[in-house]
Amino acid sequence: MDNASLPVVVALMAATLRQATPLILASLGGVFSERSGVVNIGLDGIMTCGAFFGVYGSYKTGSPAMGILFAIIAGMIVSSIHAFLSIHLKADQVVSGVAINLFSGALTSYLLLVLFNRQGQTDGVNALTYPKAFMRGIPVIGGFLSELNWYVFMAIILVFVTYFILYKTSLGLRIRAVGEHPKAADTLGVNVYAIRYLCVILSGALGGLAGASLSLGTTNLFREGMVSGRGFIALAAMIFGGWRPFGAMWASILFAFADAFQIVAQGFGWAIPYQFYSALPYILTMIALAGFVGKTTAPAADGVPYTKGER
Amino acid sequence: MEKVVEMRGITKVFPGVRANDDVNFELAKGEIHVLLGENGAGKTTLMNILYGLYQPDSGEIYVNGKKVDIKTPGDAIKLGIGMVHQHFMLVHNFTVAENIILGKEPKKGITVNMKQAIQDVKKLADLYGFKIDPEAIIEDITVGQQQKVEILKALYRGADILILDEPTAVLTPQEIEELGVILKNLVKEGKSIILITHKLKEVMSMSDRVTIVRRGKVIDTVRTSETSIDRLAEMMVGRKVSLKIDKAPAKPGKVVLEIKDLRAQDHRGLPVLKGVNLEVRSGEILGIAGVDGNGQSELIEVITGLRKSTGGKFILNGKDLTGKSPREIIEAGIAHIPEDRHKRGLVLKYSLAENAVLGKHYAAPFAKGIMMNYARIKEYARTLIRDFDVRTPNEEVMASALSGGNQQKMVAAREINKDPELLIAAQPTRGLDVGAIEYIHKRLVMERDRGRAVLLVSLELDEILNLSDRIAVIYDGEIVGILDAKNATENELGILMAGGSLKNKKEGGIV
Ligand SMILES: Nc1ncnc2c1ncn2[C@@H]1O[C@H](COP(=O)(O)OP(=O)(O)OP(=O)(O)O)[C@@H](O)[C@H]1O
Ligand SMILES: [Mg+2]
Repeated sequence: MDNASLPVVVALMAATLRQATPLILASLGGVFSERSGVVNIGLDGIMTCGAFFGVYGSYKTGSPAMGILFAIIAGMIVSSIHAFLSIHLKADQVVSGVAINLFSGALTSYLLLVLFNRQGQTDGVNALTYPKAFMRGIPVIGGFLSELNWYVFMAIILVFVTYFILYKTSLGLRIRAVGEHPKAADTLGVNVYAIRYLCVILSGALGGLAGASLSLGTTNLFREGMVSGRGFIALAAMIFGGWRPFGAMWASILFAFADAFQIVAQGFGWAIPYQFYSALPYILTMIALAGFVGKTTAPAADGVPYTKGER
Repeated sequence: MEKVVEMRGITKVFPGVRANDDVNFELAKGEIHVLLGENGAGKTTLMNILYGLYQPDSGEIYVNGKKVDIKTPGDAIKLGIGMVHQHFMLVHNFTVAENIILGKEPKKGITVNMKQAIQDVKKLADLYGFKIDPEAIIEDITVGQQQKVEILKALYRGADILILDEPTAVLTPQEIEELGVILKNLVKEGKSIILITHKLKEVMSMSDRVTIVRRGKVIDTVRTSETSIDRLAEMMVGRKVSLKIDKAPAKPGKVVLEIKDLRAQDHRGLPVLKGVNLEVRSGEILGIAGVDGNGQSELIEVITGLRKSTGGKFILNGKDLTGKSPREIIEAGIAHIPEDRHKRGLVLKYSLAENAVLGKHYAAPFAKGIMMNYARIKEYARTLIRDFDVRTPNEEVMASALSGGNQQKMVAAREINKDPELLIAAQPTRGLDVGAIEYIHKRLVMERDRGRAVLLVSLELDEILNLSDRIAVIYDGEIVGILDAKNATENELGILMAGGSLKNKKEGGIV
């Protein structure tokens, strides 16, 4: 990065937002799914698929926009498996999510071999061009803006969109009702299954986009294991954020800050082993979850399959 | 006579139970038709079928003369059917207005028009004389108010056919009277109403016809004007029922529970108990009368360790229990029939056997070390089921499968059988049929006669007057008067409950 001219604080802020982006997107996916009452532990795997298919789409078509579309569709397909298993077959949602995580890792390594004839990682592909120079020309905040990418803007816009849907539209009212008391919603003619399918698939779309923002948005390539637990950190952010879009965003930013900070801090030359810095984001996640989660409450029907005609 | 609903040959079988057995039922336009039957007779099941929550195994349904296939509640709503469920179907962290409009939201562009919703709800509530704040959160309002929200939900959808499954179980006598007037007005508007209730007085005063069901079968449909309370009770239970409680005068002994200047706040931090002073003696039943929401629920929550007190104390047999955990309180000898059986009484997804030992599950003979002794637990559950006539195929079904009244019997059975020093009975007969009420009342008197202390909380003045030996009236978080039940009248209680005073009316009436 040629940001030698930028003050450290500005660089740190920009890096935080860049790192927060996949977390924000995935945690929004979590918000949709869990608000409707379906636990989606498979977000990590969905991100992996999104990261892979984003790169594949861009590689195949030469267009990074198509890559993003591929990623979103891949996320939707994988999450519809989760939806079918947990809503239709009423399988244990955690087990189904774990299965999706395992499946995604294996699937992408296999496809890496078949589609790219590579092992470990793909070649670089076209990424969205970001008008760095133009951004730098903007007064005052130009330096900061020039260090971001389009995914950052998408993520922040989607936070507002998610908030709007959940709290301002009738769909949102129904989603929240279905996650709290599906039977009450059912007795008012709300289709519990349809709402849950929709939300799980939406969470897949957001998880896929989160994956693309990681592969296409940072390295322009797909590397095995590149998601490295971010799906879980996103879930932690969602919980820490009280299952609310803005809460999830701030929590994601907090976790990302720890991540960005460790990289900057390693350059400070303090006499602390670098492993400590690397562990920082995870330590923070644990402290946040252990210390604050008690104060937020999950949707009452989160993780509970709904059976019609039972009481 | 124009039939708006006709159900023909409805049969519904659950594992081990024939809930509805070839049932024929019809509702005429503009009538109030009561469905009467024992706990577990199949009333709720029949109505759930009409509302699309259950599919019948056989039978046909006609609405306004047309054969219909009601697959979901959505279908029922489209046919103009509205239902108020026996157990509330409310989203507890939504506002009143949000609960009412859910599924039929007023819109402004693509957003929900909340302002409009609040106005609509206010208008509707005013129209029917309900005092309710549309912006209040459900968990902050009393059960009585929640009941009104449920009724408003059905009215908001413009239902022409209204099913009310035990809407009066948690209402005060005055509210029941108001509801009666509302129902009459609805009928005048051309609506038709199916009412389920166990209160025979209400049946006589509110309805046009009564259909009696017993063990899944229809016994008869009669005109209300051509029958009587005793006749109905007999048809329903199959034997004569005594509606009066006969009990010997109480022989109060030592003070078992002593409450001193007890204070507590609600979840918003407003005081709800403002210095309660009360004594309950062994060998007596002390009834607490009061309008819903005057602190009686919070008082019980404090004494059972479910709510923190902010001042004062309560003492059981000389032992200060203030601030102790629920388990310590149970072990000290307090048992509790809670007012909300679903929230506090049962783990719905546990078997009856497991529910039967809750609170004693960790100790011998039901557990040994970390192992549960299921053989003993089941045996114990079977005893309770037999003694209290809980209608269930066996003790292994989930509590959620039982009818509301039978769930109530199960909770009462468990708590009474704990043989406590102090038995707190909050709405102990909520949703019970007359036969079951008779039995529970008998058991409460029996506990008293064995020298136990019983603290009864009920919204039903009849129950308070009949069962109690002394009556304490709670108003705005304080005990405003204690009367001797022998001399107390409904009128006096009414005055005290409304915050009035008896001072110059009847000197010496206050014990
Ligand atoms: N979903 C279910 N699964 C299993 N059994 C059920 C189910 N629903 C109802 N039953 C059984 O059907 C019978 C009738 O129950 P129902 O709730 O209709 O009675 P009810 O007449 O409404 O009684 P109550 O006055 O106590 O409310 C009961 O024996 C109950 O255990
Ligand atoms: Mg019932």
